[in-house]
Amino acid sequence: MGKPVIAVENVGMMFNLNNEKIDNLKEYVIKFFKGKLHYNEFWALKDINFTVDKGDRLAIMGLNGAGKSTLLKVVAGVMKPTQGVLKVDGIIAPLIELGAGFDPNYTGAENIYLYGATMGYSRKFLRSKHDEIVSFSELEEFIDVPVKNYSSGMRARLGFAIATAVSPEVLILDEVLSVGDAKFKKKSEGKLRSMIDTGITVLFVSHNTDQIKKICNKAIILEKGRIIKSGDACEVCDEYIEMTKK
Amino acid sequence: MSNEVKKVTGKKYLQNFLKYRFLLSELVKKNIKLQYRNSVLGVFWTFLQPLLTMLVLVLVFGQVFGRDIARVLNYPTYLLTGRLIYEFFTQSTKKAMRSIRTNATIVKKVYVPKYIYPLSNIISTFVTFLISLTVLALVMGYYMIFTDTPMRLTPYVFLSVVPIFILLILCLGVGMLIATLEVFFRDFEYLYDVFCTLLFYMTPIFYDVEQMHLSVPVKIVLMANPLYSIVSMFRSCVLFGEMWNWNWFFYAFGISVFFLALGFLVFYKKQDKFILHI
Repeated sequence: MGKPVIAVENVGMMFNLNNEKIDNLKEYVIKFFKGKLHYNEFWALKDINFTVDKGDRLAIMGLNGAGKSTLLKVVAGVMKPTQGVLKVDGIIAPLIELGAGFDPNYTGAENIYLYGATMGYSRKFLRSKHDEIVSFSELEEFIDVPVKNYSSGMRARLGFAIATAVSPEVLILDEVLSVGDAKFKKKSEGKLRSMIDTGITVLFVSHNTDQIKKICNKAIILEKGRIIKSGDACEVCDEYIEMTKK
Repeated sequence: MSNEVKKVTGKKYLQNFLKYRFLLSELVKKNIKLQYRNSVLGVFWTFLQPLLTMLVLVLVFGQVFGRDIARVLNYPTYLLTGRLIYEFFTQSTKKAMRSIRTNATIVKKVYVPKYIYPLSNIISTFVTFLISLTVLALVMGYYMIFTDTPMRLTPYVFLSVVPIFILLILCLGVGMLIATLEVFFRDFEYLYDVFCTLLFYMTPIFYDVEQMHLSVPVKIVLMANPLYSIVSMFRSCVLFGEMWNWNWFFYAFGISVFFLALGFLVFYKKQDKFILHI
């Protein structure tokens, strides 16, 4: 179905386990003189190869610590892979953590611009979408209240409304479908569904195999940083269920 | 989002900057707005704070260093010029230093060009600095109108933009450099605080270097401080109304450009590792 939107070739991501723990000069100097400055290599991702064509909905499954979030971060451009190449064609909307860019002292309205700018949207675009975002998040009454006084549900709703205001080419979902109360959850699912139905490409991380079967057409399973299974969503889901039973 | 993993050429960098320039202006706006939002006196703090510290310094050092009228001309103005510059340098670099960690939640979750954070902090502090220059104008106006101080304004006052511009370059360079260092060594912050205290005494804020009868090596150390040249240039234009010593210009400009290049280079080389440390 069309040309590849995301091409991941031999991507590997290595962390230095010891290195990560030293974040101050004092420890560094002490360890340096004690000769303890050797690093433990840890590959969070290794030899990852896959392509996602336009319109594909790819599910990424795996147990905790399998490297799912790292993979999403690499695709979203937050992390640079230690090896391999990644080619992305088009606008990515990462719905990884909603509201991470909010400033608590800023009001809801101000945060629309701030968070939108963090996501790389322009002022003109945000101005044109402002009313839509406010009404979708159902925060009309509270939009001039500082976000620090919001409940976590309100914050998530605003974050979701801003992040989905674009029409991206690639949508990255990291278990964000559980936003707010049951009512808003339904609304957000509807919104995502309508975005998916326009034929955009989706990367979806979840443990919920029913949801994956509903949304995705392709799936991969990660284990210890490697792809152990890839293919049709339903088949891979069944395999995953088998895997978790063990 | 453009693909960051491909080899990024200069043109791409520019495109990326243009894409995120709205974020830059939003962050600058935010820093300035929030600074004053919850204080009763609001923007007046920008005037009041340098004015009050100036008074304290006049009280403490006035009798010792302020008597040599030929060298300091007008001690309150002399103090204020030095302190405003010192304050901008330390405040902006300190804010830039902490900026990556302060915004760690964003840097970890979304792709943003990371230099935006130190840069926006430097620019917002620069705006506050420009506002606080009004205090200098007020103090100078007061002394020129109501007292018979020998201070006078000359066209050289317009040249004061040159030392201010050099100062901005220096702050940017140092800010980027220590922002990187702070990511890798969290306790660098405390070291830098101590360094800033040292810098306060090393910069001729309340004294004049020539006045002090120092030995040559000590003098050289004091003059090696780029803030010495910048403050001196600024005072030549504003306070003494004359052309600056060109040695100051070349030295300050050279050092500032050096730090700018070093700061950006170190930041650029290390920015992909930030996420592993914050």
